[in-house]
Amino acid sequence: MSSLNINGRDRTVDADPGTPILWALRDTLGMTGTKFGCGAALCGACTVHLDGQAIRSCITPISAAEGKKIVTIEAATDGSDPVGAAVHTAWVKHDVAQCGYCQSGQIMSATAFLKSQPKGKQPTAAEIDAAMAGNICRCGTYARIRAAVADAAKTLA
Amino acid sequence: MLPTHIDSTELPRILQRLMAEASQQQPEDTAALPRRSFLKLAGVGGLALGAFPHMAMAQATGKGAAASALKPTQQPSAFVQIAPNGEVTVTQNRLEFGQGVQTGLPMILAEELDADWNLVRSKSGTNDPAYHDPLFGMHLTGGSNSIKNSYTQYRELGARARAMLLSAAAARWNVDVATLRTQAGTVLGPNGRKLGYGELAEAAMALPVPEKVTLKDPKDFRIIGRPTTRLDARAKSSGRQDFGIDVRHAGQLTAVVAHPPVFGARLASVDDSAARAVKGVKAVLRVPLDRGAEGVAVVADGYWPAKLGRDALKLQWDTGAAEKVDSDKQLVQYRELAKQPGARKFDADMAPLAKAPRQLDAEFVFPYLAHAPMEPLNCTVKLSGDRAELWVGTQSAGLDGAAAARTLGLKPEQVRVNVQMAGGGFGRRFVGSSDVVVEACEVAKAARAAGLDAPVRLLWSREDDIKGGYYRPMHLHRARIGFDERGKVLAWDHVIVGQSITTGTVFGDLMVKNGIDATAVEGMRDPYPLPMRLTVHHPKVNVPVLWWRSVGSTHTAFVMETLLDEIARSTKQDPVAYRMQLFGDKHPRHRAALQLAVDRSGYGKKQLPAGRAWGVAVHESFESVVAYVVEASVKDGQPVLHRATAGVHCNLAVNPRSVEAQVQGAAVMGLSMCLPGGAITLKDGEVQQSNFGDFTVPRITDMPEFAVHIVPSAEPPKGIGEPGLPPLAPAFANAIAQLTGKPLRQLPFNLADAKPA
Repeated sequence: MSSLNINGRDRTVDADPGTPILWALRDTLGMTGTKFGCGAALCGACTVHLDGQAIRSCITPISAAEGKKIVTIEAATDGSDPVGAAVHTAWVKHDVAQCGYCQSGQIMSATAFLKSQPKGKQPTAAEIDAAMAGNICRCGTYARIRAAVADAAKTLA
Repeated sequence: MLPTHIDSTELPRILQRLMAEASQQQPEDTAALPRRSFLKLAGVGGLALGAFPHMAMAQATGKGAAASALKPTQQPSAFVQIAPNGEVTVTQNRLEFGQGVQTGLPMILAEELDADWNLVRSKSGTNDPAYHDPLFGMHLTGGSNSIKNSYTQYRELGARARAMLLSAAAARWNVDVATLRTQAGTVLGPNGRKLGYGELAEAAMALPVPEKVTLKDPKDFRIIGRPTTRLDARAKSSGRQDFGIDVRHAGQLTAVVAHPPVFGARLASVDDSAARAVKGVKAVLRVPLDRGAEGVAVVADGYWPAKLGRDALKLQWDTGAAEKVDSDKQLVQYRELAKQPGARKFDADMAPLAKAPRQLDAEFVFPYLAHAPMEPLNCTVKLSGDRAELWVGTQSAGLDGAAAARTLGLKPEQVRVNVQMAGGGFGRRFVGSSDVVVEACEVAKAARAAGLDAPVRLLWSREDDIKGGYYRPMHLHRARIGFDERGKVLAWDHVIVGQSITTGTVFGDLMVKNGIDATAVEGMRDPYPLPMRLTVHHPKVNVPVLWWRSVGSTHTAFVMETLLDEIARSTKQDPVAYRMQLFGDKHPRHRAALQLAVDRSGYGKKQLPAGRAWGVAVHESFESVVAYVVEASVKDGQPVLHRATAGVHCNLAVNPRSVEAQVQGAAVMGLSMCLPGGAITLKDGEVQQSNFGDFTVPRITDMPEFAVHIVPSAEPPKGIGEPGLPPLAPAFANAIAQLTGKPLRQLPFNLADAKPA
């Protein structure tokens, strides 16, 4: 049994401590917004926030999350977080998603990045690219991802 | 994926026969199907959804005898449901896997229905014959056909439903139907009377379905042609969109399968003691696999224990009977084959070749490529009594349903395939052998035999996917071209070597003619008036191959567009002017697409920064033409694509926003062929790549600035899911060759090995 704080709620997870957060979320808790893409921290589809940092949940065991706060796509985009809400709105406005499978991870990376920006600072194009370079989109939505991140940054400024 | 240049008038009949033989399913035109099928659909898809009580419009009984002449694919009840609150749910007869049919098809139907777009929703269909492609007569998402082949179908469906709603309103008000009109989800009558579609749906559904309907004049369109946000944009931007991998049933188990390291290999020995000891593992099962192979399935109460169980298996494989492919040796063999002409596709007089004042002898090499859709392949199977239900993101629900029935010893009508939203596919979810679905059914069958009475989800890891075969085939092209000082081609002798995609599949009879697979040569020569002799070798190789977004054009466009560019360059001609002169006045869509890209890119006018060069390519595939004008440079020995401007002629753009997205996305997949890591190779029969670390795909840092421009047209729409891919790589290569003087003839690009022309 492990105790995890997920989206502000304490949850008990009956899984081996070595189980990656991804599978505790998806198979044990039924929270399927976080996606399995590669299982090796190569594609970013599984990105969640652990104490505010974007991490790859497919390789991070639940034992590493004890006493820390996990935030997933479900809470990041439910309107309660202004940065997540701005990113969600920009994603819809720019119609970023095609198949949409990687977009949970993209949005979690973008949200963590924008939260890390000093208030009022507009990220440069190169900074946006660097922040999003860990997330693969096989549909190739990168042009719209760039536009959406820049737009979200503007609305937050 | 299916080539468009086969005699299309022959297609439905032949394909229906093939499908009927393959699946023992009855073709769509048999008389018994319509009514039974619609009542079932209305029940399952509509009214039965208690929490969301849509009114399904069913086919009329009794006097509406004329309506029975309508095929399942023409019946509104299978495609449109209107809830009492006015919500219109449109069912798409295709897999949505990113290409946007989940929005485009509802737009088409809603246009003729005159629906309120804000109230339009969409959902996926099943393997019911109603969801056949109306032209091909089978379930099919491929060949960039979805909008093209269902444009008139969905317009007529919308028009029929609207006519039924009008008739219902006329009866309600007791007025002549000719006095009524519709406006955005409402029927308007005399004296300001109005009724919402939701109020009329139940009555409308009891009326006969009209066979003949009048369609709108395209100039009156208010939904089609308007840039429209995807219907799934919100769900896909919040983690709330479910995909096949997210399907969950009570008690569901997850299966992971150990596949052989060499295609077709069998098990020599299995030690599963450690695997069985993993907490959560319910069963370890030996299962037959695709291509006569064997594997071991680990069934557990989640992916992680199943994966740990698989890791703990001690397996020895018998690879003795399997051919062990080695990419380096294969290239030598292909090169040898190319020295001799193969089966003849085009012929021309090759006598001028030897005497031509200018000559060019070029060899091109293209590797195997994995589709690598972001959602790993999966299929969930639930067996109950004499029925099976499947949840899978499939491009071919009918083929997969029939394959499931064969595997499970059921009749096709005892299998229901629920088509799921899929996280990409690019061709990988359309396999003649239904490899993943059959594997899932074998596991489910074995699990039931082992006493496990639970739905089973088969889930492939990324490694299973990258190593699992069904690649774009490796190809070698050899071209010998004679031309004159003005660039006029006098003779072009061309040989293609590559595995046939369709031989041995249900499509082989149709696609392979005179020993040539149509998917290997599509995109060669035409529309250029060239004296070409084209011959083809299809060696048999123990590597499963498949269509990969834009199929044959993934290699033919590269060969054609780089060679023509080389001829233009070596005869000091502008590559745009050279192509325009070859098009003459016979190919206005090619001209328009190329001219648009040229105009909007600033080609020939704008001064490029030092170190950059222009590159141009244009190619028709799936009946649409895409031209690129790109800017590229070389940095640290690597080609860099800075900017791409697309000119697109796809006839009417139903959703211009979707067309833009598809061209952008196809271009990125085209770019994936060029960059380092874009290759699958084999050694001693084993695939050498395993994940995104060694089979690499473009990231945001590889993305050029990108602009898509669409040639205005009101003609019926053509394909757009694939045509943006083929010309990207050659345009990029042409720019690099301009800079280095060395043509790139190998994908992915290898600047170090490129030789001066």
